[in-house]
Amino acid sequence: MGLKLEEIKSLIKEALPDAEISIQDLAGDDNHYSATIKSKIFYGKSKIEQHKLVYKALKGKMGNDLHALALNTMER
Amino acid sequence: MDENLKKKINDELEKNEVCLFMKGTPETPQCGFSLAVSNVLKHLKVNFKGINVLEDADIREGIKEFNDWPTIPQLYIKGEFIGGCDIVKEMFEKGDLQKKLQEKQISFQEKAT
Repeated sequence: MGLKLEEIKSLIKEALPDAEISIQDLAGDDNHYSATIKSKIFYGKSKIEQHKLVYKALKGKMGNDLHALALNTMER
Repeated sequence: MDENLKKKINDELEKNEVCLFMKGTPETPQCGFSLAVSNVLKHLKVNFKGINVLEDADIREGIKEFNDWPTIPQLYIKGEFIGGCDIVKEMFEKGDLQKKLQEKQISFQEKAT
């Protein structure tokens, strides 16, 4: 279980190439993170849609391999 | 998705105007994110039904598929998906959650500042 910080970053980058991503490991256990993601792709989308895009980028790992990823998404 | 399970979730959403799918109960949440959303609702004195997904494996998996949302907690108001922990907290801080409750004619109390 768990996902390396770099792996999360590269999965998000793959789906949202222009994204500015900053991720914090909250517990040091590869399983609880907090991420701030800025992307032009979020423009005009609701928060729900924005978070869904990030979850989609993680290809089903969210909620399975990865327990917690607090998200703060914004348009850049 | 299994029709019976879908119906079970829809029934809960119909029966309960404010419905929180969470880990644990509002009295004893089992996860920090569920605790946070539950606390926001309690703070606003919103009458809500907490559905403990840890007690029902079908709902625990089903609710993720139901709404194409992979995490718990999930907050619904009158059947509309409002968001997970981050969205609900952000909406609360900006006053958007209070607006949404008003819009949906759910009674709540804003603490006097």
